[in-house]
Amino acid sequence: MATEYILEINNLKTQFVVRRRRVVRAVDGVTFKVRRGKILGLVGESGCGKSVTAHSIMRLLPKTAVIPEGSIMFHPEGGESVDMVQLKPTGRKIRSIRGNEISMIFQDPMASLNPVYNIGDQIVEVLLEHSKITKKQALERAVRMLELLSIPKASERIKDYPHQFSGGMKQRVMIAMGLICRPQLLIADEPTTALDVTIQAQIIELIKEMQSEFGFSTIIITHNMGIVADMADDVAVMYMGKIVEFGTKEDVFLNPLHPYTQALLKSVPILGNAGEDKLIPIRGVTPDPSAMPPGCAFEPRCDFATEACKTCVPGRVGVTDSHIVRCVHCIGENLDD
Amino acid sequence: MSENEKKIVKSSLAKENFYKLLHNRLAVLGFILMFVILLACIMAPLLTPYSPTDLNLRHMGKPPGGEHPFGTDKLGRDVFARVLYGGRISIAIGLSGALGGMILGVIIGSFCGYYGGWLDAIFVKIAELVSVFPQLLLVMVMRVILGEGIKNLIIIFVFTGWIATFRLVRGRFFSLREESFVEACRAFGIRSSSIVFRHILPNCLGPVIVQLTLNTAGFILQEAALSFIGMGVPSGIPTWGNIINAAKELLNITNYPWLWVPPGLAIAFFVLGVNFFGDGLRDVLDPKQQ
Amino acid sequence: MTESNVLLELNNIKKYFPITAGMFRREVGAVRAVDDISLRVYRGETLGLVGESGCGKTTLGKCVVRLLEPNSGSMQYNFEGEMRDLLSLNAQESFAARRKIQMVFQDPYSSLNPMKTIYQSFDEPIRIHSNRSKEERRELIARLLEAVNLHPEYMYRYPHEFSGGQRQRICIARALCVDPELVVCDEPVSALDVSIQAQVLNQMKDLQEKLSLTYIFIAHDLSVVEYMSDRIAVMYLGQVLELAPARSLYDRHIHPYTQALLSAVPVPDIRAKRERIILEGDVPSPADPPQGCRFHTRCRYCHARCIEEMPKLEPLVADSEHFVACHLAEERFAAGGTEA
Ligand SMILES: Nc1ncnc2c1ncn2[C@@H]1O[C@H](COP(=O)(O)OP(=O)(O)OP(=O)(O)O)[C@@H](O)[C@H]1O
Ligand SMILES: Nc1ncnc2c1ncn2[C@@H]1O[C@H](COP(=O)(O)OP(=O)(O)OP(=O)(O)O)[C@@H](O)[C@H]1O
Ligand code: SF4
Ligand SMILES: [Mg+2]
Ligand SMILES: [Mg+2]
Repeated sequence: MATEYILEINNLKTQFVVRRRRVVRAVDGVTFKVRRGKILGLVGESGCGKSVTAHSIMRLLPKTAVIPEGSIMFHPEGGESVDMVQLKPTGRKIRSIRGNEISMIFQDPMASLNPVYNIGDQIVEVLLEHSKITKKQALERAVRMLELLSIPKASERIKDYPHQFSGGMKQRVMIAMGLICRPQLLIADEPTTALDVTIQAQIIELIKEMQSEFGFSTIIITHNMGIVADMADDVAVMYMGKIVEFGTKEDVFLNPLHPYTQALLKSVPILGNAGEDKLIPIRGVTPDPSAMPPGCAFEPRCDFATEACKTCVPGRVGVTDSHIVRCVHCIGENLDD
Repeated sequence: MSENEKKIVKSSLAKENFYKLLHNRLAVLGFILMFVILLACIMAPLLTPYSPTDLNLRHMGKPPGGEHPFGTDKLGRDVFARVLYGGRISIAIGLSGALGGMILGVIIGSFCGYYGGWLDAIFVKIAELVSVFPQLLLVMVMRVILGEGIKNLIIIFVFTGWIATFRLVRGRFFSLREESFVEACRAFGIRSSSIVFRHILPNCLGPVIVQLTLNTAGFILQEAALSFIGMGVPSGIPTWGNIINAAKELLNITNYPWLWVPPGLAIAFFVLGVNFFGDGLRDVLDPKQQ
Repeated sequence: MTESNVLLELNNIKKYFPITAGMFRREVGAVRAVDDISLRVYRGETLGLVGESGCGKTTLGKCVVRLLEPNSGSMQYNFEGEMRDLLSLNAQESFAARRKIQMVFQDPYSSLNPMKTIYQSFDEPIRIHSNRSKEERRELIARLLEAVNLHPEYMYRYPHEFSGGQRQRICIARALCVDPELVVCDEPVSALDVSIQAQVLNQMKDLQEKLSLTYIFIAHDLSVVEYMSDRIAVMYLGQVLELAPARSLYDRHIHPYTQALLSAVPVPDIRAKRERIILEGDVPSPADPPQGCRFHTRCRYCHARCIEEMPKLEPLVADSEHFVACHLAEERFAAGGTEA
């Protein structure tokens, strides 16, 4: 049964138990949906829980992590819907999904490739794991994939080792590994943060091209509002483990409703505005995750905060059908109960 | 802010570390072991009326009990006194060997690490040479050159002991000299000697002190081992190693266990204590854990 | 911008790092980190330096602060109206000149000595560069911390008690403690979270105004550089390819590299419809830079002359403040620059 959405995350909570039984609520009630064939941008500053969300979807969390609540419904095309939270993290089912139907590109291309195997072996390993083809066929497919990702002389370079590639090339190899099984959902965790702008532009263009070629859905994680504006169809703004604003790109950029989104947009310089508008900084710093304010997490830094913000955690409010905000000042349908 | 208040705030880093150390049970246990044995050795004249070298022919080979808590040896010397006074010398040898090695290692390591270049290359080669040379052979060679005696044993320990500290300090300097705070110092025109000793060195002191404790323990063991085979301190001077050495005949081992068990235990407990304490210090001072 | 306003003039600065190999550390080549750069910095301005990773921005900055010694070239500095070469000062003058040029480093986490309180980190530079008493020094430190919006009491704290943004503000204050004229800021915000960057940037702007400082502002993020700078120099493989006032660089980016760089910056504005120019391939290695124009391997306007002859950084005929190093500069200018 194919629904409009490929992934529906509902009230996901991921927590880490650290020293002295302290609990870090890295992801604290995240709800969002990924539309089939579209790109969702997940933005937020460092430590807000973006990577943990992604790893929760893939069930690639460390042993100290628990998911006490929530569901992650994956609706593959021509397959049965599964709740990823209910799967055993090392079971057969999740392994048949991971890398095959959902695949992930990691933040650091340098650390994600194994230096002792050549590129070809690493790419076909994923393929051989999930489909019954010979190694030769797999290598051919890998070469075609690399050619598609415009790596020159792909059939020769496939025998090279990671250290012989530049950062941008390694990220292409990572993308090749991510796409070789024709996944339905690609999760890219800051795929360009470690790269230069011109290389970043290459990679962004490449992901967009591949997406229109293969038609998969994408979650792109970044802290750069510019990349989101460029790539995404839908945007989720994350702050301290919660999605504070969710909507289409137009909703979020043209009509940002959450004070955090508004502040974030006003605090980054926009090319071409050369010093005309002075930046408006967000005051203070993000709170310590183990000493969160009782009310809205953004309250200590928010210009619109009132008494109500200090006491109760604002719920999700549907301003329009597509635009959902977590702020007491927003008026609309209460989606939480 | 008054001078007094300032001191309090300033010492917060040390205080924090101190509390962390207090929470480390093994380190506290180690410290107590070490401290009790050390104190007993220092206060030996108060704890026993006997001298370690006085012969008493009427009380030869007495088992523990009564006036002689650890018994007497075959020449009638009080074993308790010998262990306490011997401990003084053993600990002094271990500690001064380790301290000397530390000072040497820190000075050479800082300069090599900060300046690099040919000076560094030479010392690295020397360190390699000394550390691949079999230790026993080295000791024998040095003994031939320097002769017997406590001082010479210490010199041998310093000569072999600086290497670990040297490597450690040199390595730390290598990475620290690239840190921006060092470049900031250079941009201000602060003198190199001040950068080396006042800005970089305090950042390596943690591991150096840990190394000092480990070396002390190691040298005490080595002294015992060397004395045991007769290559250490002249046999007339009581040290933990010499006391055991005197009891090394097979008959003594079975018939007179009080000759070698007390010094053996003293060595074991002291070294264990020092090691526990050193490990605790390492955990506390490890910057990765902060 | 007159002659007398020049604070620093770099002439043909080169900095090569030797590449050694083998047991005897034989020199087998050199990384041309900075390869023949000439620039002027005017009093009171902010000169932005942009370019991709490894293009030599930090190296140039460190040469200016004299943390590195250039292989050749001269650095004329304006000592109360008299231009003198920083590289040929005697030891005493050189020490005095250190006061005038300071640097803020990229990584706020390694820029402060973890074993020293803020007070201790500030005290020594002030002491060696002035004859202030202990009390006066403490007052000065308190004032500096206040100037970067930090509580003066913080001076007795250790760096690990501060967040990244606070640390960077402390580092700025420390650079200012010897009352410098020129501050080289090496990517001061790139290690900080987006929401914190604006705090630091605005702080730097305010201080510049208050203390009439001159900045060399290094960054790889063009939007940040544009926000901060009066003039911008675009670097590539150790050379400056374009140098112009910020506004005209954005409006008329003449060099094909600047054009690509500008178009590659993602802008958080979904209404801006921009054509993106994707550069092919990677930046060549600075150990073996291309002959001719440094950019020709990736330039889509490359022609025969570019491969043979290296273009010089020269002002446009129509605009003497806009320097471009490209054989096509005048033509491209005549064609109205390039579409933004
Ligand atoms: N293994 C772990 N154990 C304990 N806490 C963790 C662990 N992994 C992550 N966290 C905590 O979870 C929170 C969210 O981390 P996460 O890596 O998701 O951030 P992020 O949004 O991806 O940030 P960045 O942009 O820096 O990658 C952080 O506060 C982090 O300290
Ligand atoms: N001490 C050094 N020894 C050898 N090579 C060096 C040294 N410092 C820098 N380089 C090389 O010089 C070139 C320029 O480096 P530099 O650090 O100036 O670049 P950058 O523009 O500051 O880059 P980034 O944006 O990554 O900071 C690089 O190729 C670098 O590898
Ligand atoms: S809920 Fe209150 S504090 Fe939170 S962002 Fe909205 S207005 Fe600000
Ligand atoms: Mg992350
Ligand atoms: Mg740099």
